Amino acid sequence: MRQKLAWLALAAIVLAALPLPLSEPHTVELATVGAYFIAILGVDLLGRHAGEVSLGHGGFMAVGAYTTATLTADHGVRDLWTIPAAAAVAGGVGLLAGLPGLRVSGLSFALASFGIAVAAPTTLRRFDHLTGGSRGIALFGKSTQTGHGLGVLGLTNGQWLYALTWTVGVACFLVLWAILASSFGRSLHAVRDSELAAAAAGVNRPAVKLAAFGISAALAGIAGSLLAIDVAYVSPHTFPIQLSLYLLVGSVAGLYGSIWGAVLGALLVQYLSRLVGLVPHVDTSRAGPTTFFFGATLVALMLALPLVLRSADAIARRGHARPH
Amino acid sequence: MTGFLEHLVSGLASGGIYGLLALAIVLVRRTTGVINFAQGEMATLAAFGCWTLVDHGWAFWPAFGATIALSFAGGAALQVVVLRPVERGPLAGILVLTVGLMLSLNGLMAWIWGGAPKRFDGPFSASLVTVGGAAFSKRDIGVVVASLAVAALVGLLLTRTKLGLGLRAASASPAEARLAGVRVGAMRAAGWGLAAALGAVAGVLAAPSLGLEPNMLQTALLYALAAAVLGGLDSPAGALVGGLLLGVLLDLVGSYVHWVGGELRPATALAVLLAVLLVRPAGPLGVRRA
Repeated sequence: MRQKLAWLALAAIVLAALPLPLSEPHTVELATVGAYFIAILGVDLLGRHAGEVSLGHGGFMAVGAYTTATLTADHGVRDLWTIPAAAAVAGGVGLLAGLPGLRVSGLSFALASFGIAVAAPTTLRRFDHLTGGSRGIALFGKSTQTGHGLGVLGLTNGQWLYALTWTVGVACFLVLWAILASSFGRSLHAVRDSELAAAAAGVNRPAVKLAAFGISAALAGIAGSLLAIDVAYVSPHTFPIQLSLYLLVGSVAGLYGSIWGAVLGALLVQYLSRLVGLVPHVDTSRAGPTTFFFGATLVALMLALPLVLRSADAIARRGHARPH
Repeated sequence: MTGFLEHLVSGLASGGIYGLLALAIVLVRRTTGVINFAQGEMATLAAFGCWTLVDHGWAFWPAFGATIALSFAGGAALQVVVLRPVERGPLAGILVLTVGLMLSLNGLMAWIWGGAPKRFDGPFSASLVTVGGAAFSKRDIGVVVASLAVAALVGLLLTRTKLGLGLRAASASPAEARLAGVRVGAMRAAGWGLAAALGAVAGVLAAPSLGLEPNMLQTALLYALAAAVLGGLDSPAGALVGGLLLGVLLDLVGSYVHWVGGELRPATALAVLLAVLLVRPAGPLGVRRA
């Protein structure tokens, strides 16, 4: 426990000191990594703790981002206060998408969430009086922007965005951790491992599942809201179908180790295209190679996973068999 | 009235394509128990293959035949090489794997052919024929007839041939089928192969009107999933009828309900999908299995 705390303290120091030597654009990039981290926490909550696949967290992010964008740009609400609103709206949409999951589990949430990812960009274009259509909404320099793009509290704008995003990110992680450690977390795991046994033990399966869908989508909403604040601009192109699938890749990359995995996944979502650009003869100005490597990573991880789990299982069993 | 008939035919043409793709999804679901999210990209890849052959001077029909044969082999190989190692694992993992395939194929296509839509004329001319004052595109009529014919062939294959019997036996009760001498593993591969071949037909039929590019069938995949769900996810006939119904519904609603227009079509399909899953998960067109 003490060792774990020491690691977390070290991580906090690194996290706080990281932007100091970096240029302004790089700092903003690391802030958006924080937004992806929060979204991946949401995908993870479903995948690892509720046994459901979401193919639509990019869509829920879009809901959160546009909540923030319309409130700050058109309704004069200070950007910080729109974050909880984004969580509430995206959470509500998540509950709606989760409703069919109460009757049929396994496939239905994957189908419904994929539908949200596909429908989000064109739906955003349709309601252009609210969303600005394909032009999107710019937030930079608006009077509701905290620091007006010039930074606050002696921080540059990038440092402020980085601090804001990662503070919210760490808070989301702690809240999620507390939720999972509570009796709700145990109910969720019980439903995932055996719906029948959980029902027999008196777990209210529909309520538990629905709550998980809602919390997960709300996390994506917060992520979208922070992404909008960090980039100070949203448009339908910010949230293509691919984004939802990249977040899923990020979450699966995180299967190997809790919170570090989610950080790794978020870094992957932001930086994989540049990593791919290091491969000789690969032109990453086109979308193809990056998407291909995201997919190949996912396939490789899924094929390797059973082997990893099996060997981990064997090691654990050997440990138990050892005489005391 | 003539306008209504015109929309009916163009809706049936899109619906035929959704129906074929839905049929492929249902075949995979029946034979291996999963939804293949890569089905749309596999179909697009087949269309690119056919386009490339035609571009190299092949006549359309031989190129189409070669595309279907290659797609069958590719689909079966994918099942054996990629899906078989994980098929005993949790459903969520297999779903995620098919999403990985979807991304890889999508990226590969953009890498090789670029993102700009390619012109692909296909087998039917785009000219109009006028019947009783209503103008129909020959291409739409051709697509409707072709998709119905292909679906009928698949129906005959499933119900009247030894291969079809084996496919149905292997999906209904694998253990008993194995005892009766059915090679269940081979049937699963054949199910994926058949689905890939069906997808190839859908992709080639769709390419002339949609414009051939890597994301061509991503929205159509949503429509096909909604169509399959309308049919209860397990019924080949239900999937085809679901596809045709959805095609007509989206065309009529998109054209006559001004508020919906073209841009809310995906959202309309999503609403249909959610409503069916909520109210009658077995599918309004599906048969409840005993």
